Amino acid sequence: MSEETKNISILEGRKGQVWRKGEGGAFVCDRQSLAGSVTQRACAFCGSRVVLYPIADALHIVHGPIGCAAYNWDIRGALSSGPQMHRNSFSTDVSEKEIIFGGEKKLRAALDELIPELKPKAAFVYSTCIVGLIGDDVDAICRQTSAKYGIPVIPVDSPGFKGTKRLGYQAACDSISKLIGTGDTSKVGPLSINLLGEFNIAGEAWMIREYFEKIGIEVVATMTGDGRVDDIRRAHGAKLNLVQCSGSMTALAKLMQETHGIPFKRVSFFGMEDTAKAIYEAAGFFCDEVVMERAKNLVRAEIGEVLPQLKAYRRKLAGKKAALYVGGAFKALSLVTALRALGMRTVLAGTQTGNADDYAALRDICDPGTIIVDDSNPLELAKFVMEKDVDLFIGGVKERPIAFKLGVAFCDHNHERKIPLAGFAGMLNFAEEVASSVLSPVWKYVPRRSGLGMEGVR
Amino acid sequence: MLDGTTAEIRERQALRINPAKTCQPIGAMYAALGINGCMPHSHGSQGCCAYHRSHLTRHYKEPVAATTSSFTEGASVFGGLANLQQALENIFTIYKPKIVAVHTTCLSEVIGDDIPMIIERARREGKIKPDQLVMHTNTPSFVGSHVTGFSNQCASTIKYFSESSGETKNVVNLFPGWVEPADMREIKRMAKEMGIEFILFPDTSGVLDTGHTGHYEMYPAGGTTLEQIKAMGDSFQTIAMGPLASKAAAEELEKKCNVPSRLLELPIGLSNTDAFVNAMRLAGQVPVPASIEEERSRLIDMMSDMAQYMHDKKVAIFGDPDQVTALTQFLVEMDMKPVIAVTGTPGKAFEAKIKEICAEKCPEVEARAYSDVHFLHQWIKNNPVDLLIGNGFGKFVAKAEGNIPFVRFGFPIMDRVGHRAFSTIGYTGAMRLIEQITNAFFDYRDRNDPDEKIELVL
Ligand code: SF4
Repeated sequence: MSEETKNISILEGRKGQVWRKGEGGAFVCDRQSLAGSVTQRACAFCGSRVVLYPIADALHIVHGPIGCAAYNWDIRGALSSGPQMHRNSFSTDVSEKEIIFGGEKKLRAALDELIPELKPKAAFVYSTCIVGLIGDDVDAICRQTSAKYGIPVIPVDSPGFKGTKRLGYQAACDSISKLIGTGDTSKVGPLSINLLGEFNIAGEAWMIREYFEKIGIEVVATMTGDGRVDDIRRAHGAKLNLVQCSGSMTALAKLMQETHGIPFKRVSFFGMEDTAKAIYEAAGFFCDEVVMERAKNLVRAEIGEVLPQLKAYRRKLAGKKAALYVGGAFKALSLVTALRALGMRTVLAGTQTGNADDYAALRDICDPGTIIVDDSNPLELAKFVMEKDVDLFIGGVKERPIAFKLGVAFCDHNHERKIPLAGFAGMLNFAEEVASSVLSPVWKYVPRRSGLGMEGVR
Repeated sequence: MLDGTTAEIRERQALRINPAKTCQPIGAMYAALGINGCMPHSHGSQGCCAYHRSHLTRHYKEPVAATTSSFTEGASVFGGLANLQQALENIFTIYKPKIVAVHTTCLSEVIGDDIPMIIERARREGKIKPDQLVMHTNTPSFVGSHVTGFSNQCASTIKYFSESSGETKNVVNLFPGWVEPADMREIKRMAKEMGIEFILFPDTSGVLDTGHTGHYEMYPAGGTTLEQIKAMGDSFQTIAMGPLASKAAAEELEKKCNVPSRLLELPIGLSNTDAFVNAMRLAGQVPVPASIEEERSRLIDMMSDMAQYMHDKKVAIFGDPDQVTALTQFLVEMDMKPVIAVTGTPGKAFEAKIKEICAEKCPEVEARAYSDVHFLHQWIKNNPVDLLIGNGFGKFVAKAEGNIPFVRFGFPIMDRVGHRAFSTIGYTGAMRLIEQITNAFFDYRDRNDPDEKIELVL
């Protein structure tokens, strides 16, 4: 361990945000990052952008200076079976002139240039940090543009300073809710659900949809994976909402419960156990014997297919230790379970944006000694990784090179990937991803394991 | 993803589609990482900092540490004074950098935070100690591009720290411009080979291309030291490469410490490298060593070996002005026809320069500044090319045009490793460029030619 990592203390104001199972003490989360910390978190704009991004037949236009639009260009693995419009980067590229005279004219012109040409079903206008400050009335422009072209033009109010990604999720939910309830539901059947918080990363929504179709449940809308405006407009016809990635879409589910009386269930499609549980929950909800029977058969068949192959992975991976640092806590929960299925143990679990309930659940399923952190930073993560001597780190883009520098295997579990990890088949992909990094011989050569630097070669 | 692009070009007044630039702060962050022991600090919402770090990490495959003022709603109204002061206190307590380099974002610029005043006040109030160094640079993201941010950071660093003691030393300052860490290594190697004494600033080698040590170092060993930056004021000359990235810094040093400067294009390709070698020869009053001459002759040898495959090949190139102009020069030297040259960075000088370079070989060149990848794609549709050169996003254009030969060059490249390890600067770097370009041509032929036409010997 380097001197730096050994001696690093935890920022005084962050002490409550680190917790060790078995030590007690209160756990603090859901707060703004401390000014001056190397936080791994993004902002509200980012949150709203990633949630709405997969709606493929809508126009997404970022109103603000170029940066925010540039960093978001095609960085998500959310697939579309039809239009690819969402993968382009449209923005107003606000420059000095607009800072002085306001950006309304430019935004209006941008919408006028795009909507007649691309003919989107709806348009989302994202306001970034400075739009409010230069006095642009985005709401009014959206209203007028909407009237002009006869499509919904929806403002997304999530400037970065509003807070963490969570607040952006909330803004995205508000925007989507403006579409829900505006479509015709006469063709929606009685056995019908929506999938919320499923972004069709690497086609995961398609796999999940297929499960439900096989057991006779209709999926009205996925929000927002492979999303279509017209599906969202009639989503209120569904009888049940399944909420995945709870952090981002529970707010919308609650709203739909209030306004349209649709109950919701929190589920996860990550790992075999959780996938099976999710399917049974939906099937059980409709109290239909045939559906339940089909569900049982489906789960049996799928697991039967995957299990023998999984055993092979388990033999190789059993006893390895994992650390995870992901966006939402629900994902962390599923990962702990899935790693267990591979015979691995989670010794460090952290998230960027978990809330109190999430962390309570996380604490319950972790083994004693597990460290739980909220809104961590590289030095802290490095310290815990070394302390716990982990074999695998699961995280996102900013954690990957840190893990590699420490000599620890890494598995990418963010939304840029294009390998499906959800559902039963996804479990095999997950196992393969983990194995391909953990079992690499390169870790034998790194100083941490070999105990040797160059002197070992000499 | 870009299959829908049409050949019909409509002038756009207000819209940016698929940018060929990004915002200033990321450039400031990159330049600040080239200072030894420096913590870049982003004075704005936490999203900016997260985006910039992620983007740099994706390109360099290295951890990037930087801090943020984490603006809140309150700060967006009342200014970020409290945030910055608290941030500075926290950074020095926990992360112990040698220096903090504060840059602004669109938000703090529009609010009008007076950074020097805030730093001054923090000092007066004892929140930062006398020996804790803080500098600042203004990087409004609605002006210029990421290259402007790089340039501003370099110039401000000099303004803060370079000094002249009155005694001129036999040292040459080398300003490399925004190039890869591998390129900075190459510049240092060549300067050593020439036998001159030099200071390279900034220097990201050893920071963003470190080896595996088994440690996470927040401040890797590389980077120009503060002593060196200070001493630059005593050097007798500056060789500044890449006008857009380096000119401001060179002028600042000239103004502040009377160090005369020579402005060169980036040493990419034959004649630009000649100019660099010549400038070092004149500055150091040294003969060009045989080893450098040999490198040059090997480049010419390779150029002659491959000349027939280059003749009149049509090339489209996009990226940052310094890179694109230097490389366009080399393309012409290799008898190729640069028919389209695009940058997202504003500035008419770019267009004039490209036209001048291409005046003989390709007077019809379409040169555009303040443009974007969508325009580039449309021009290619109207005037198909044999080769596309540009950053990683170019692959979507290449794919949409039938997988035309494509060479990655510029920033960002998020899907390959070579750029961070192998330089494209100097004579040997030019050889690597020839290798990449001819490989692209030959691979294309091998993939697409009918079996009987495939040539074993080329
Ligand atoms: S908010 Fe401004 S400074 Fe920050 S990433 Fe966006 S454009 Fe760049």
